[in-house]
Amino acid sequence: MGLVMGTFSMQSKQVDYRKDKVDDDLEMTMVCHRPEGLDQLEAQTNFNKRELQVLYRGFKNECPSGVVNEDTFKQIYSQFFPHGDASTYAHYLFNAFDSGHSGSIKFEDFVTALSILLRGSTREKLQWTFNLYDINRDGYINKEEMTDIVRAIYDMMGKYTYPALKTDAPKQHVDAFFQKMDKNRDGVVTLDEFLLSCQEDENIMRSLQLFENVI
Amino acid sequence: MAAGVATWLPFARAAAVGWLPLAKKTMPKPPVDKKSRSDEILIVNVSGLRFQTWKNTLDRYPDTLLGSSEKEFFYNEDTQEYFFDRDPEMFRHILNFYRTGKLHYPRQECIQAFDEELAFYGIVPDIIGDCCMEEYRDRKKENQERLAEDTEAEMATDVPLPPNSTPRERLWRAFENPHTSTMALVFYYVTGFFIAVSVIANVVETVPCRPPKGSVKDLPCGEKYSVAFFCMDTACVLIFTFEYLMRLFAAPSRCKFMRSVMSVIDVVAIMPYYIGLVMPENEDVSGAFVTLRVFRVFRIFKFSRHSQGLRILGYTLKSCASELGFLLFSLTMAIIIFATVMFYAEKGTKGTNFTSIPASFWYTIVTMTTLGYGDMVPNTIAGKIFGSICSLSGVLVIALPVPVIVSNFSRIYHQNQRADKMRAQQVRGRGASSALALFTHLSLICKCGFFSPQDHDSDSAALCLKNRSSFEHQHHHLLHCLEKTTNHEFTDELTYSEMCMTESVGYRTSRSTSLSSQQVVSSSCCPRRAKRRAIRLANSTVSVSRGSVQELDTLQVLKSSAVPQSRSSLNARTEDLKLNCEQRDYTAAIISIPTPPANTPDESLPPSPAVPGILRNSRSISSFTHETVKISSL
Repeated sequence: MGLVMGTFSMQSKQVDYRKDKVDDDLEMTMVCHRPEGLDQLEAQTNFNKRELQVLYRGFKNECPSGVVNEDTFKQIYSQFFPHGDASTYAHYLFNAFDSGHSGSIKFEDFVTALSILLRGSTREKLQWTFNLYDINRDGYINKEEMTDIVRAIYDMMGKYTYPALKTDAPKQHVDAFFQKMDKNRDGVVTLDEFLLSCQEDENIMRSLQLFENVI
Repeated sequence: MAAGVATWLPFARAAAVGWLPLAKKTMPKPPVDKKSRSDEILIVNVSGLRFQTWKNTLDRYPDTLLGSSEKEFFYNEDTQEYFFDRDPEMFRHILNFYRTGKLHYPRQECIQAFDEELAFYGIVPDIIGDCCMEEYRDRKKENQERLAEDTEAEMATDVPLPPNSTPRERLWRAFENPHTSTMALVFYYVTGFFIAVSVIANVVETVPCRPPKGSVKDLPCGEKYSVAFFCMDTACVLIFTFEYLMRLFAAPSRCKFMRSVMSVIDVVAIMPYYIGLVMPENEDVSGAFVTLRVFRVFRIFKFSRHSQGLRILGYTLKSCASELGFLLFSLTMAIIIFATVMFYAEKGTKGTNFTSIPASFWYTIVTMTTLGYGDMVPNTIAGKIFGSICSLSGVLVIALPVPVIVSNFSRIYHQNQRADKMRAQQVRGRGASSALALFTHLSLICKCGFFSPQDHDSDSAALCLKNRSSFEHQHHHLLHCLEKTTNHEFTDELTYSEMCMTESVGYRTSRSTSLSSQQVVSSSCCPRRAKRRAIRLANSTVSVSRGSVQELDTLQVLKSSAVPQSRSSLNARTEDLKLNCEQRDYTAAIISIPTPPANTPDESLPPSPAVPGILRNSRSISSFTHETVKISSL
């Protein structure tokens, strides 16, 4: 009799377990976003149709729902910098990409930002960078914002660097930056000061051309 | 997964524009990508089913057949497609792997066929996704067990005797496989008959026969016809002894034979007789003598040579040892608990059977196994309540391990049945001439002219090099930009800890990444610098001789604990990129790590000062080669 009971109990157990999981999965809503038409995007950005196609295929493959939220963004970006912690910088990047402040990056945002960064004029690129640094979007970069950004960048390097990272390295970096950029020494950097200083610097101008052929 | 990372790399590089105003140094030049950017659609014809995919999709895994230049061997110029004479159903899964980065194992396919397809296309099975890995592993294990059994069975039966075998070997074979010769068969049946006779005699001699004249009491037959029984017993024992000695003589390894279960049973079966012969007819030891006679019943186990079912039962019990142990343990626990409870519950009753806890054991066992003899019953109400709880729980406890034992038994039984069937059919040439098949296949291919000759081998090899490393080139460039921005370099834990130690010695060096240019001042820095130079040079030399390093079949789990290596190889270690950031996960292709010399001109090193470094660091190089099996997520 024990045998019979045992065999029965073994058989019936397996069926019920699976059902709960399926229901949970269905509840994850199918948020789907479709981008504007190809022609519109081509008009808005500096990419041609082919490039947009390649970009979208990759984007859709990775994010079938059509949007990237901040956590996924951080994860993706961290893949490229395994030594350190890229999440802080990724957060700032996310805000810079997410021009509509919707909390998620759609394909249009993605492609617009890429268009500026890769195919835009130097002025546009520098403006984008200014927006990145200006965390609270008030039109000024102050020392705290800059320190945050620089610290985030240094975080990406990780612990094991050569030479060893000193704790005041970000601060020194920020001081050097302000020395160069803050023309009227009022403690904040405006867009015009930023643009002017960058255009004076040969290195920066030259480097801006480097990323033309990324796509 | 791979798709994701490769897609987002341009974005990550574009985002590097954000570092530019902060950079203290000039950025390095980006790697130049010579190959044409436009993507094309390839047609892959697998046994008539046409698949079409982007070239980039296939290029993601450059270490597989489809991702490398190896597919050019299958290119058909006339139809402008790649033709593979393989299973189209399986190819679907292979192609999905390229598309999604995850390899799935189709449940309805045979595991061996699947493995063969993977081997053909150069994909390592270890990258099967988690969703299908369990199933794959189970099937694979099952298949391997089956194969092992089959080869064993085959070897046992089908191997014909070499013509010049000694009589000893022939004898052993006759004992092990009675079907081989008539003599062996006869002997087999004779021994079986005598075992049966002996067992029946043992049983019958205790039956009470009619008493001889002049006596009232019933005598057991053994005592009435003691001479007859003694003769029968002697005959049987003689046969058994003879058989045992012959087996011992014929056994290829006597020690192993003597330790085997069957031989022990044989010995136990015949020893009582000899001991009985030797011992005097003494009243004192007759008790022990009687005990010895009990061992005669072990002769019945000799039947297990003749019966396969008995052997299966033995195997089952052996393989379920843990379940049986658990059963026994839980039963013991329950018995002790309930016996104690019943004892104290029935303690007050007059004339109770539950005189002590061990006495209650008997009651508990009989109740838990639902036997219920009724020789001990509780009288108090508490006793009856606990008694009923005892019987209910007994049912449960016994029911638990039984299904496991049953399933084990059924598995072993089916396996044996299959082995028997195959032996009966005498299947020959299993695992046969796969080499032969390959040859015919190759010859057919050559004849049909699908072989398109490679006239620009070196170019395509170079292209391959480019292909598989363009992702890394770009990634390295990105990391290099970060280094320039922060004015620090990536390094590994070992070098870092060394550095920390030497810093206290007052080591200072001028900040420079162009190691070749400087013979830096203090002595403490030189060994390290030399080591790093040596390692970098080793990297570039290794990247040149990539063939030796690249191994398609080995995958290693990357640990973050360091191997002393330079930045470039360290960066390349980041190639196991997957979206969930787990360093342990794998993707398919394995590459060695080339140092991209093109974009960092300061890394060109004069070889001579580094030579002693190389000699000193041969250990690190060898460890590097072992570590070099890395994974690309292209």
